[in-house]
Amino acid sequence: MSQVQAAPVPAAAPARGVTEVLRGVDIVKRFGAVTALNGISLHLNKGEMLGILGDNGAGKSTMIKILTGYQAPTSGTLAINGQQVALKSVDHARALGIECVYQDLALVPSLSIYHNMFLNREPLRGGPLRLLDNGAMRRRAQEALEDIGVNIPNVNEEVAMLSGGQRQAVAIARAVYSKAKILLLDEPLAAMGARESGLILDLIDRLKKRGDLSLIMIAHNYAQTLEVCDRIMMFQHGEVTFERAAAETSVPELLDVVKQNYKVIRGAH
Amino acid sequence: MSAHIQKPAQADAGAKPRPNIGTRSLRGFLRVREASILVVAILLIIYFESSNSNFLTRANLQTLSQFISAPVIIACGEIMLLICGEIDLSAGMVFALAPFIMYFAHNAGIPLIVAFFLALIGCGAIGLFNGFVSVKLRVPSFVTTLGTMFLINGFTLTISAGFPVDTPTNGLFTFLMGNSGFQEIIWAVVIVLVMHGALRNTRWGLHTISVGGNLIGSAESGINVTRIKMGNFALTGALAGLAGILEASRIGSTDPLAGGSPMMFLAVAAAVIGGTSLMGGTGTIIGGLFGGLVLGVLQDGFTIDGINAFTFNIIIGAAILIAMVFNIHFARLRTRGRF
Repeated sequence: MSQVQAAPVPAAAPARGVTEVLRGVDIVKRFGAVTALNGISLHLNKGEMLGILGDNGAGKSTMIKILTGYQAPTSGTLAINGQQVALKSVDHARALGIECVYQDLALVPSLSIYHNMFLNREPLRGGPLRLLDNGAMRRRAQEALEDIGVNIPNVNEEVAMLSGGQRQAVAIARAVYSKAKILLLDEPLAAMGARESGLILDLIDRLKKRGDLSLIMIAHNYAQTLEVCDRIMMFQHGEVTFERAAAETSVPELLDVVKQNYKVIRGAH
Repeated sequence: MSAHIQKPAQADAGAKPRPNIGTRSLRGFLRVREASILVVAILLIIYFESSNSNFLTRANLQTLSQFISAPVIIACGEIMLLICGEIDLSAGMVFALAPFIMYFAHNAGIPLIVAFFLALIGCGAIGLFNGFVSVKLRVPSFVTTLGTMFLINGFTLTISAGFPVDTPTNGLFTFLMGNSGFQEIIWAVVIVLVMHGALRNTRWGLHTISVGGNLIGSAESGINVTRIKMGNFALTGALAGLAGILEASRIGSTDPLAGGSPMMFLAVAAAVIGGTSLMGGTGTIIGGLFGGLVLGVLQDGFTIDGINAFTFNIIIGAAILIAMVFNIHFARLRTRGRF
């Protein structure tokens, strides 16, 4: 399949002046007889935003689950900041600065915004009593949201009361606040209206400008992905079929790639 | 009731002048989840006191407190389970088993206080087993605990040969366990307060809500959902056991037919009437106490009013339905900020 597109993953060391924060080599993930990822290699530079495109079942979400330590790959290696690691758990990946905003956002509707922002890393008080420090959570949640320019009037509000865009913003703020170095966004614009996606794209843009955060965004929408990402990868049937700087490609070209490989893969069967 | 809800809604429309302090504090109070059911309980108490002057006497309050204590203690566990999306139907049978474990352990020469803790640990272990089958073996907890409900009942009947025994006594222990009138309700209230604090102010409580509200999301956040669920099953088992021993100690007799599914249903009803959702994700421990109070007041009030036992079930069933309809729609208005 790789002969279809002459854009192999660069196996060489990164260019000078660029720090590589993440590299995955030949990652394979099988679920029984199903191969979700069939030898995918990718890398991410500091401050860069990589867009991963692909249809349902292309392996995008599986890749995210491997990068977050939620699932282990069947084979292949991962390196974070040049150090090879086997991610043991979500907590392990988090400790290394990898945060993910999942498609379902991992928010709890019946809990307040501030409880959601500190879910599973709640500050405690009261010494041996180990009580939740709600005051600190409230204050820091408010600060964290202001810090990334999200305007939510009341952090005591239950998440159930928020719009889709506001929920997404809370989930992103949570990831950023926890000192993410590598932020994974799983379909942040899915099922969102034009105005709300605009808000989220603005937010992502502001995060990019900070320069210390490297992002991987998984998406369906080609135009939006080209707009915000520096580099694009196309996943199809668990393989990388295309990779190029966003500035050097276009929506029609991406559509062509999809069509071509769709035929090739269909023909092979 | 509708006038009562709509009046403040009008006051809230638009940026009108700030309502006076009375309106604001009333609104703040009603916004508290437990408020609606407490209002119901108070209205019922007023009704029964006005219809029968024997209602608010010491003797009757004692009867009432003894009736609601055990279901309220069990409800504390059931509420934690319901919030994290599970249920324990076997709690009423654990209630009957616990004092027998204590009795047999004591008969085997173990000091009573140690036998007591052995019984609690045993009941916690039954809870863990319920949790293991439900969470690890993925049998819905409704079915798991339906199975263990029969199993434990059969076990209790077998080891007791179907006959009650005298609950072992020993001065201090029996005193603590409640041979005096209001001992059991003190236990219940203390447990409610501790559990209420734990639900609201500890990681365990927060994660229990989170697991019930978004199971996958909680796992993605790194919460150990298996531990939370199994822990709450164990807690429910232990609380059911404690309630059983308290009851057996007060009565002085350990009866294999005590508790059972009516006891479990009372506890679940108290939880649900108190405002805990059967769908998981939300709930309140103190609401469970008020829910238990409503059930107790209805039962006790109608009894001293001399209502026919057949009519009684009709009334209590209707009361549960009315309380729930009221509660659900009240909650909907509350979340919309309509008052």
